[in-house]
Amino acid sequence: MSLLKVLVVEDSPTMRQLIAFALKPLKDCEIVEATDGLDGLKKLNEQQFSIALIDINMPLMDGLKLIRLMKENSRNRQIPVVIISTEGGEVVKEKARALGVNAYITKPIKAANVLQTVRSLIAAPPSATATPARAT
Amino acid sequence: MGPASRGEEQKDLFAKGKEFLEMYNKVAAFTQELMDQNAQLRQQMAALQTEREGMVNGVGDPSNQRLWKRLEELKQERQQILDRYHQKEEENKDFYERFLEIEMENNNLANLYVASYQLHSTLEFQEVLDVITEIIINLIGAQTFALWLLDEKKNLLHPVKAEGLALETLVPVTPGEGIIGSVAEAGEVWYREKLSPETTMDVDQPMVCVPLKIKERVIGVIAVYRLLQQKERLVKVDYELFTLLAAHAATAVFGARLYSDSVRKRKTIKGFLDLLTH
Repeated sequence: MSLLKVLVVEDSPTMRQLIAFALKPLKDCEIVEATDGLDGLKKLNEQQFSIALIDINMPLMDGLKLIRLMKENSRNRQIPVVIISTEGGEVVKEKARALGVNAYITKPIKAANVLQTVRSLIAAPPSATATPARAT
Repeated sequence: MGPASRGEEQKDLFAKGKEFLEMYNKVAAFTQELMDQNAQLRQQMAALQTEREGMVNGVGDPSNQRLWKRLEELKQERQQILDRYHQKEEENKDFYERFLEIEMENNNLANLYVASYQLHSTLEFQEVLDVITEIIINLIGAQTFALWLLDEKKNLLHPVKAEGLALETLVPVTPGEGIIGSVAEAGEVWYREKLSPETTMDVDQPMVCVPLKIKERVIGVIAVYRLLQQKERLVKVDYELFTLLAAHAATAVFGARLYSDSVRKRKTIKGFLDLLTH
């Protein structure tokens, strides 16, 4: 039975706990938490993940930069990415889309919405020919 | 007229007569054919009439009666199945609505559980303030807010935490003065009826004002000024979170303050004892 490994990159312990609660119904699921973008990058280089849930506003390295680095890495490029952020403006959403983010959820979150989004991305993984983002 | 021309005339008449006779025979044959077809059609009509009468009269036939009866039974069964189907459809609809309600309730409970858990997960004063901030930003969805704590000696509310605005722009508030002071004095949550997006933010005019209360003792106030862009209005769980914050955040802050006081006093006493023993 294949284990589902979910990376949650979020600086707020409250949000990490809430996301873990939301994903509880997922079977054979291991949640790995990272407290900021740099910690997230380190974990991505050490382990293989099925999906990544990433906040934008974080210390040390923000979420968009982390995603950019992920997409430049052939090992992590194919991992589906879900942004969970307080940023609700179109400018940020457009930046996320340009980076190839698979889903964008704004806070405050609904547990059912997060679960459904993760399930749908795991069931239908993104195309293998996704183009990596340009570094700026 | 001569004998030759009379002969010619007779020949013509004979030919015409022969032609006429041929035509007459053809017409007679055609007429006979039509009459035969007519008779045939009459016979067929009579046969169909007989068959129809037979079918009408044949309802009384036992095998036909059984078929009619079976047909009626099947019609009734079909109607019953349809009725049950519609009933199940309605039940499914009710179940689905109930499922959505439970899902929403589950979501609300998760928010409340996490908020409560995090508030009581630490005794460090600054960490408690950070948790309160996280709850208001991430769970309620507020963009701009501030937290005042009551200095009981001076009877003044001091701003200790702000998000979305500079802490320096906030001034101490006397209990009883303005909305924030009134909420601190009365100990009741205050909500603005409606906040227009064009309304200029005024630190004395919050959208929501929540007293941090332990029993009837107010120790502070949270004032929320603006919600996040994507959050149109407060919903049921937000009011529940405000109620939770009013009690649990107060206890957490009070406990953290006591803990930091006791740690400080312990250090002082230890230092004093070290001085005495050395």
